[in-house]
Amino acid sequence: MLLAKIYVTLKPGVLDPQGEAVMGGLKAMGYEGVTAVRVGKYLEVQLDMKDRQEAGRQVEEMCRRLLANPVIEQYRYTLEEPAAPFTNETP
Amino acid sequence: MKFGVIVFPGSNCDQDVYHALGNVLGQPVDYLWHGDTSVSGYDCLVLPGGFSYGDYLRAGAIARFAPIMPAVIEFARAGGLVLGICNGFQILLEAGLLPGAMRVNDCLQFRCQWTYLRVENSKTPFTNRFREGQVIRIPIAHGEGNYYADAATLAELEANRQIVFRYCNEYGEVTPAANPNGSVGNIAGIINREGNVLGMMPHPERCAESILGGTDGRELFASIIDWWQGRERLGA
Repeated sequence: MLLAKIYVTLKPGVLDPQGEAVMGGLKAMGYEGVTAVRVGKYLEVQLDMKDRQEAGRQVEEMCRRLLANPVIEQYRYTLEEPAAPFTNETP
Repeated sequence: MKFGVIVFPGSNCDQDVYHALGNVLGQPVDYLWHGDTSVSGYDCLVLPGGFSYGDYLRAGAIARFAPIMPAVIEFARAGGLVLGICNGFQILLEAGLLPGAMRVNDCLQFRCQWTYLRVENSKTPFTNRFREGQVIRIPIAHGEGNYYADAATLAELEANRQIVFRYCNEYGEVTPAANPNGSVGNIAGIINREGNVLGMMPHPERCAESILGGTDGRELFASIIDWWQGRERLGA
């Protein structure tokens, strides 16, 4: 079992209204040191496979085809052994 | 001419489009289910507004992989007329049938209001009943309509006259104040280079009869029918 932790964020230079709003909120709370905020997506994709190279290849493809929109977004990911495997089924 | 309105799980303007085309314009129209794999027998496909697949991940991202989409893409590539309204526009962008992408509205609000649009190109199958520069009034309703394209793509859209509608004020002036969502260049609708695929954020089906407060949307649908009939007369 492998766990891909995928981070999708807007490319630098693409306006992020949600990031701006969150930054405004933090500043209003008194965190004056905050200089920028980007809001992105974090996805965990569990893969029933052992081959890290093949898993990486598939995750790349998933990111490119669906998880990120390459016109405005960039992505990065890590592959690791899941500490506690999960399921989408409700118990 | 026969229209097909594609119904995705979460589409909620499908019945409005069906009503506008079938009852207001008196055209044959069918619903096409997202799980279907054929669109044969149709002359114009409409991807309606709504929240396909809950808009999870990104608006239109999952719908773009619906079983019917390969047929829609093939239909579009073969020159068939495709109209994407709101969520339909987002799906066309995700599918790569139109260039660019949608971001969250810069105001961070869901905008549901009447807008003025300037018709930038009236020589399309979808806008031939309008005049160039004409100001029309069509409502919007979206949270993710902030159109983005990089500078090179924008230049190409301009050069090929692919920008069909821009948000403007009632005098036809394209100003930042008239831009409801932050779209680059106040862009509200674009067409593909070949001219057969239109994507627009405003909802023409919501202003297709006077009881709804406006009829400019009706002219858009009537343009499609006129164009089609003209084509038939020419034996194309």
